[in-house]
Amino acid sequence: MGSHGIKDQVAIVGAGCTRFGEHWDKGPDDLLIESSNEALASAGVGKHDIDAFWLGTAMSGMSGMTVARPLQLENKPVTRVENFCATGSEALRGAAYAVASGAYDIAMAIGVEKVKDSGYQGLVGASKTPTDGTGRTLTAAAMFAMCAPAYGKKYGVDDAQMRDVLAHISWKNHYNGARNPRAQFRKEVTTEAICASPIMAGDLRVFDCSGVADGSAAVIVVRAEDASKYTDKPVYVKGLSFVAGNASGNADPDYDYTAFPEIEAAGRDAYAQAGVTDPRRELAMAEVHDCFTPAELLIMEDLGFAERGGAWKEVLAGTYDLRGDLPINPDGGLKSFGHPVGASGLRMLFEAWLQLRKEAPPERQIDTDRTLALTHNLGGYPGEMVSFVGIVGSEKD
Amino acid sequence: MRGIISAGGYVPYRRLDRSQVAATFGSGGGRGTRAVASYDEDTTTMGVEAARLALRGAAGARPEALWFATANPAYLEKTNATAIHAALRLGQSVPALDAGGAVRSGPGTLRAALDHTGVVLVVASDLRIGLPTSADESGGGDGAAAFVIGDESHGPMIAEYLGSASATEEFVDRWRLPGEPVAKQWEERFGETKYVPLGEQAWNDALKTAELTTEAVDHLVVTGVHPRAARSLSGRLGVDKEKVVDDLAGTVGNTGTAHPALLLISALESASPGDVIAVVALADGVDVLLLRATDAVTSYEPARAVADQVANGGELPYGKFLAWRQMVTIDPPRRPEPERISAAVAGRTDDWKYAFVGSRDRASGALHLPPARVSREGGAQDDMEPAPMSDVAGTIATFTVDRIAYSPSPPIVFAIVDFDDGGRLPVELTDVDADGVKMGDRVELTFRKLFTADGIHNYFWKARPIRA
Repeated sequence: MGSHGIKDQVAIVGAGCTRFGEHWDKGPDDLLIESSNEALASAGVGKHDIDAFWLGTAMSGMSGMTVARPLQLENKPVTRVENFCATGSEALRGAAYAVASGAYDIAMAIGVEKVKDSGYQGLVGASKTPTDGTGRTLTAAAMFAMCAPAYGKKYGVDDAQMRDVLAHISWKNHYNGARNPRAQFRKEVTTEAICASPIMAGDLRVFDCSGVADGSAAVIVVRAEDASKYTDKPVYVKGLSFVAGNASGNADPDYDYTAFPEIEAAGRDAYAQAGVTDPRRELAMAEVHDCFTPAELLIMEDLGFAERGGAWKEVLAGTYDLRGDLPINPDGGLKSFGHPVGASGLRMLFEAWLQLRKEAPPERQIDTDRTLALTHNLGGYPGEMVSFVGIVGSEKD
Repeated sequence: MRGIISAGGYVPYRRLDRSQVAATFGSGGGRGTRAVASYDEDTTTMGVEAARLALRGAAGARPEALWFATANPAYLEKTNATAIHAALRLGQSVPALDAGGAVRSGPGTLRAALDHTGVVLVVASDLRIGLPTSADESGGGDGAAAFVIGDESHGPMIAEYLGSASATEEFVDRWRLPGEPVAKQWEERFGETKYVPLGEQAWNDALKTAELTTEAVDHLVVTGVHPRAARSLSGRLGVDKEKVVDDLAGTVGNTGTAHPALLLISALESASPGDVIAVVALADGVDVLLLRATDAVTSYEPARAVADQVANGGELPYGKFLAWRQMVTIDPPRRPEPERISAAVAGRTDDWKYAFVGSRDRASGALHLPPARVSREGGAQDDMEPAPMSDVAGTIATFTVDRIAYSPSPPIVFAIVDFDDGGRLPVELTDVDADGVKMGDRVELTFRKLFTADGIHNYFWKARPIRA
């Protein structure tokens, strides 16, 4: 028994991503066609060359026909997956493992979400599972709002300092998103404006919450030895980990809302698969799941980018800024790129693909000789979440 | 000898200051306050609260029947007493019956229980609604009362039953058609001329039955659906004014179906051994009950005294009151309304949903809310025992205020509550103001209605601050 990973067995050879935002004039079909076309073109292949597809969507379609019909695939296997906000990354796991197993030569992972059609603010789950009505009905914003005061109390960060920390995270992600033509929000926002925005839940303000956007992203994976047939700059899969939490934080009085154990465990597994021992110094960048600013703060510690209780100082010191020692969310993150649930994990991978290949626009291209990038999703709430951590690299060991 | 083994009165937390009515509309209202059921309460949930308090004082007496009376039932067709039965975890063989629709069902079931056999849990509850500026709006009150009634053999009685009498006549004084929110009333004088002679007749018959004289009465409760007639009758019965029990009109208001029982509990809280208490209830006739406080009344400590609840109310803005009673509709959050619950799923989780029973792992002692089959500590499977938690207090570990989630009365205040017995549950708070909650606050559980969808009420538990 063991989690062995598939380090350097699979390579990403093509990637595509739509602009994220309010696509009132596009349905899921249009977004799927757009992202898959871009991914296919970048790999230099056609849709009929792809042996199998993995579709990630949380609420915009059921079954593999959600892709097969709009793309008019012919007798292809399409697997539809859902795993909360890690749905897009789950599609990547399926495609990568299928190729690594030898079952298929070339596979596509594609994610899509059309969230702006619901008519409501924020995300609206599609699940109609019958219940006994005893489950909570809170928004995610309210649940993540509990983390900031808990963290502040544990580590002696007063309310004013915490506000500065959260505002810096939001400011940084907007700064990066302003340099990304595919992002939902392309405007820098001052920390003053962030702190003056309306309160949503707890102490969280509008600018502490990620954008809600429509969008789609796709990548094409092949066995590593075949990568050169498609590109001279492949990006190799170094590790893929996933943890489905058991919701113990809801029942266990020892859980204190200052860390996400599911993320820490997923990170440990991914680092072991990839052979990473000092992520803070080995990673060129990371795309993390900044659904709310306190989440990004805690994730820095869960993934080993800061000591426990130390991330807030690093945030203020600019460690995670675009020109900092470890840039976090150089594409703007969920905050300003937007969060179409099923596409977000693959959107992160798209940024890693650009950055490691030195193809990001110059105003946000990271200048580093490090060759590894990390992508991360969480789905759910503090105390009960799923988590994905992926590591990719431009060099094969 | 039959009588009252224990009692529980429930007055909801919120109070409407009646002066707000005239300040808003230019007329109506008056002095003092009225008790207001929260947006998440109905007559069933208030009945549960009263019954829980009554059972806490009932020592070993276990109800053999549950009778629930209200003029404002949460359901028609479907029995409401069954939800109370489930919340109290009464045995499957215990019948749970509604006496619904009429205000007289309150004093009527109380009398019937005293005339019955076995241990009867009798619960009366009411939620009194009137149009803005009306006398019903300001004079009404919300609340519930419950008694465990039995014989000496079932447990020590705090009051013994001396006798009763009734006078009945058909006449139109107050009425309300099914589906209508508020009642109508005939002009006052007509009713008064009906009620006063009926009351005198029932009073004399009851005294005769109990072989008592008027002078023997130490506490007189007179209440009913016709306040003017009640006042008039009260002055004609020959009982000294100082023996007349405060009818709580200035603080709680008239709780209709529940009011005779609520005032009887209020009288018991100040009664001395041997005191005779008379309850005179006017509702389409008059019912008179006579009881005598026993020696046990001195050692009887109510789980939560009515007087304490009356003294511990919290203000409610008139606008919220109108919204809660659906007299105005306020802008809802831009979030989907909840789906109706599944009867089938709820049918599997009765003990959790209605009675707040978790499970405790026999090996590790870990408490699970909701109950689980596999332990979160040690992983043992199917080695759990039921853990009834509805009476266990807890502490707020952390909390949040959600201003965007759907709620019948936003914002939602939500807390992570750690229970004194070692369990934790993220649970909604109620009877709180969003800016008045702190980490470390002590809370208790209360049975509430979370929402109603497709006409199905979704009952579950919330936490509220421990007061008084």
